[in-house]
Amino acid sequence: MSNVITMGEVAARTLADEMRRDPTIWVLGEDVQAGGIFAQYKGLFQEFGAARVVNTPIAESTIMGAGLGAALVGTRPVIEMRIADFVMPAIDELVNQIAKVRYMFGGQARASVVVRVPHGLHPGSAAQHSQVIESWFVNVPGLVVAAPSTALDLAGLLRTALRCDDPVVFFEPKAMFKNVADMLGDWPAIPFGKAERRREGKDVTIVSWAQAMPAAIEAAAALSADGVEADLLDLRTLWPWDSEAVLASAARTGRALVVQEGVGASGFGAEVAVTIAEHSAARVRRLASPRIPVPFAPTLEDVCFIRPGMIVAAAKEMVAG
Amino acid sequence: MPAADLSADHLFDLYRRMKTIRVFEDTCVAAHKAGEIPGYIHSSAGQEAVPVGVCAVLTREDRITSTHRGHGHGLAKGADLERMMLELYGRVGGLCGGKGGSMHVADFSVGMLGANGIVAGGIPIAVGAAQGLRLLGSQAVVACFFGDGAVNRGPFMEGLNWAAVYGLPVLFVCEDNTFSAFTHSSTTTAGPGPLARAQACGVAGERVDGNDVIAVRAAAERLVGEMRAGGGPRFLWCRTYRFSGHVSIDPATYRKQEDLDAALKRDPLLVTRGQLGDAAAADAIDAEVEAEIARVQDIARKAPYPPRAEAFDDVQDIGSPAVEAAR
Repeated sequence: MSNVITMGEVAARTLADEMRRDPTIWVLGEDVQAGGIFAQYKGLFQEFGAARVVNTPIAESTIMGAGLGAALVGTRPVIEMRIADFVMPAIDELVNQIAKVRYMFGGQARASVVVRVPHGLHPGSAAQHSQVIESWFVNVPGLVVAAPSTALDLAGLLRTALRCDDPVVFFEPKAMFKNVADMLGDWPAIPFGKAERRREGKDVTIVSWAQAMPAAIEAAAALSADGVEADLLDLRTLWPWDSEAVLASAARTGRALVVQEGVGASGFGAEVAVTIAEHSAARVRRLASPRIPVPFAPTLEDVCFIRPGMIVAAAKEMVAG
Repeated sequence: MPAADLSADHLFDLYRRMKTIRVFEDTCVAAHKAGEIPGYIHSSAGQEAVPVGVCAVLTREDRITSTHRGHGHGLAKGADLERMMLELYGRVGGLCGGKGGSMHVADFSVGMLGANGIVAGGIPIAVGAAQGLRLLGSQAVVACFFGDGAVNRGPFMEGLNWAAVYGLPVLFVCEDNTFSAFTHSSTTTAGPGPLARAQACGVAGERVDGNDVIAVRAAAERLVGEMRAGGGPRFLWCRTYRFSGHVSIDPATYRKQEDLDAALKRDPLLVTRGQLGDAAAADAIDAEVEAEIARVQDIARKAPYPPRAEAFDDVQDIGSPAVEAAR
């Protein structure tokens, strides 16, 4: 018997599970009663009703801030942001308020919210609907940052996010929501800060996450066909992140290639690279998008994507050098 | 003379609370200027009737959100005076353990959800608190304090619309102290004022003399009564005047002396004293309040600063800096 469903449905079913377990979990965001734009809330309104699946105005500041207010009185809101670009109108509420209430009030308050942020390059979506911004939030003390790349990880990390007391900014790979997978068995909670090894190898470490992962997986297979064995790690969460696994792998291979979608300058790949440089003798390289807004025309947009061939070429250079 | 429906005891209590806020803030501003308190103080001197009048009709279960000028809101809601003084001094035992200071005083044990360094920052929090309380089956209401500067920020309109759409029991209290930081708000605010903006979103309310605690209390009682009866959000526009500069280090040279002189004649403490009609009793309260503030200031002066290691506490559980440092 198979259970082939989309990543969006996996997300919705996981959230439904958790809402059945904990009556203080509720959802607020635009169009969530219709199931969300990626079906990631499909069926929740029908099961839990308008009190727990709240359609909101297009008012990002207040979607985020109201989520915080509701957390401060003891509920666990799931704050839907639609896409990463729309977090910007709510930055004050996320960065100045949610991330800091526990600290600046001396531990009196907890902002136990999950901020769901579909993110990543999305063909044809241009400068304001296609951004990759998870690095910004790693720079904000108080926030946990998750960025899964598979349906099973999305489910497991979402469970953990809904059960933890810290605010979690939960980036979801929006170009992958329609991907289907055979989701047999349970989808257990996955701890934050544990990387997943997607492929084992001795020649070069490749570290990636989120929407850059499919290209990295394809590249690792191509490298193997050419006799280069990559040790491929999917970080899955960026704060905390599994520096232990990365450093252990880099020490073993002596070469680490960090692959990220989104602007490289000051991106999270830089944090990974410098950590490797500080703590190991491994050579480090980084692949990332150029520092340009995401363009529209396919020929222009293409320069933002990290393609498997780029990863293969970089890895081979490192192995040869 | 006391209003007919207020007992003399209650009016004395309101006066005591207002006086406590005044002496607390005057004391802290002086201590800041003397170098005892770090940072800066946003004093609400002149505005005390607003939080005291509003909080007089709230229960402990009701919540409030506040502003960067939040000592008065906290004290009016019942926050611990000694712990607030310790917090402003940045000492052990402070409401926030010394992590927040003046601009982030909070006392969740009495429903004070925190002062806020961002203008209008408390508004989305207030409507969300009301929404969360409803989900939990609570009957509590939320009072949301903000200034006349906040009405020009987007979250003000968003919050009004939000509260009206969901029918949430939020009392929006515009504590209109005439200034947006260094600027007279009339020069930066279009239209007939905050109440009209609320009414445009379908939120009914009143305008009241924010220097008259009896009037503020009476208006708040009416509006909160309507909210508790299921009427949804209400708006209270309190006209008042900020006696000090924007912060303790601001000499406020931008304002006319005659405006300040006129405002000082309408000092809410003087107004209430006139309503009390018992100068000797008011003097006795003044002396008690001053002694109490002196007592807590003495405690704060003698208390230790928090140890450096506490800087790493209460950031987050998962991926906490303490864990990182130990690696």
